[in-house]
Amino acid sequence: MTEHIVVVGGGTGGTVLANDLADRLDAEIDAGDVRVTLINDDPDHVYKPVWLYVPFGQRKPADGRRPLADLVDDRVDLRIDRVTEIDTDAKRLRLQGSPRSVGYDYLALATGSTLAPEEVPGLAEGGHNFYSESGATELREELLSFTEGTLVLSVVGTPHMCPAAPLEFVFMADSWFRERGLREDVDVVYTYPIQRVHGNPHIAEWARPLMDERDIRVETFFNAESVDPEAQTLTSMEGTEVDYDLLVDIPPHSGVDLIEEAGLGDGWVDVDRHTLEAEAAEDVYALGDTADTGVPNAGSVAHYQAGVVGQRLASEVRGRPLTATYDGKTLCFIETGMDAASFVEFDYEHPPSPAPPSEKLHWSKLAYNESYWLTARGLL
Amino acid sequence: MTDTDVEYDETVDARGAACPGPLMDLIGKMRDVDSGTVVRLQSDNDQSLTDVPEWVDEAGNDLLAVEEGDEHNEFYVEKA
Ligand SMILES: Cc1cc2nc3c(=O)[nH]c(=O)nc-3n(C[C@H](O)[C@H](O)[C@H](O)COP(=O)(O)OP(=O)(O)OC[C@H]3O[C@@H](n4cnc5c(N)ncnc54)[C@H](O)[C@@H]3O)c2cc1C
Repeated sequence: MTEHIVVVGGGTGGTVLANDLADRLDAEIDAGDVRVTLINDDPDHVYKPVWLYVPFGQRKPADGRRPLADLVDDRVDLRIDRVTEIDTDAKRLRLQGSPRSVGYDYLALATGSTLAPEEVPGLAEGGHNFYSESGATELREELLSFTEGTLVLSVVGTPHMCPAAPLEFVFMADSWFRERGLREDVDVVYTYPIQRVHGNPHIAEWARPLMDERDIRVETFFNAESVDPEAQTLTSMEGTEVDYDLLVDIPPHSGVDLIEEAGLGDGWVDVDRHTLEAEAAEDVYALGDTADTGVPNAGSVAHYQAGVVGQRLASEVRGRPLTATYDGKTLCFIETGMDAASFVEFDYEHPPSPAPPSEKLHWSKLAYNESYWLTARGLL
Repeated sequence: MTDTDVEYDETVDARGAACPGPLMDLIGKMRDVDSGTVVRLQSDNDQSLTDVPEWVDEAGNDLLAVEEGDEHNEFYVEKA
């Protein structure tokens, strides 16, 4: 009998996993013992890190898109459709565009994060973000015509994708305005929900002096409660108010509804943080942003987790013991300006220790962005 | 394990979450509830013992009690 592995979500985690399975299980797939299906609701694969560069005119959104069909191994059945229901008892999925449900023996969920700016009144109308293609494009127009006033970067929701990106944005904005001789006329303000500038104390400790050095004003313990787009103010739950001329926000994030409806978690799948197996159902894995492991929502995490899930699924179908586990490995380049970057690497046991910023690391980040397409194909 | 007699309306179970997860879970809940609501936060992260009281103070809410247990701690917070 053919064992059917279904991967939902063709972003970083799902695409790397589908290609990993095609490679690892090539003999079984060719013999008809295993079938791998990847379901994504967009014909394109989207590489989100490109969006950080769009507001500064350094990349265009199209640089972050490629047809999934070009990235996915021919051994994988690619379906462009949206999964609307998961029944983990019957082991079946419902799709938006098809009356027939899809059965699975093993399921891997990699549906990522969605943005929920509507959770904060006024945020959608008053703020801009670079966390979507359209947001990044609109922000580019705003930034180009912004020559004086207060630019506020407010981290409204955590956890959010790429915890380094808000720091990167203010460092890049600072250096961009300096290069254009406008920094004297632009105030840069950064707000963060807890008592430091980043969730991870080691990264916060490293970033804070850099922010002070560059005159980036910091407001901690700031949980935006509402935005008044007319008055251009941002009010926090703690009772403070910040005025802005241009508001860039990291909006609240949420998982997809179908995960909650399937009883797998509150939008994020509750998993064992080492095996990535769902707590509430058999033969269900989750990886990337969808898996609630407490590690950052980063593409590097999705990538490492895909390797672990790939190995475990291969052992499952071969009836061998499951030995591969995820150790929390996270790797991040952090831009510290327009031509310098830092780098961190950490896991469940070892805290991060950011590298001194250098031009070489900046070029390494850009080089990684270019070679990403090989990663997605499973070649790197 | 806990012997407090504080009555609460809502519970946030953040056991297992790494810092600053428990505090962010509490803040998320406080965002949704009405003033006067008492929220019980469960956390097994030691950092919460400093993070949570600091934030509660900053936000002007009331920390009614902290119960320290062997496995986890419980914080009772009333929204102002
Ligand atoms: C501005 C920005 C900069 C970033 N920079 C970095 C960086 O430098 N380094 C880094 O490591 N990470 C970075 N990230 C984070 C990284 O992009 C994400 O963490 C990563 O994409 C997560 O991968 P994923 O596979 O979990 O989800 P995604 O890549 O988001 O993919 C999810 C996929 O699932 C699909 N989907 C969702 N629901 C359904 C459904 N019901 N049916 C079918 N398909 C569905 C979606 O369309 C999407 O294709 C950045 C993110 C942003 C926004």
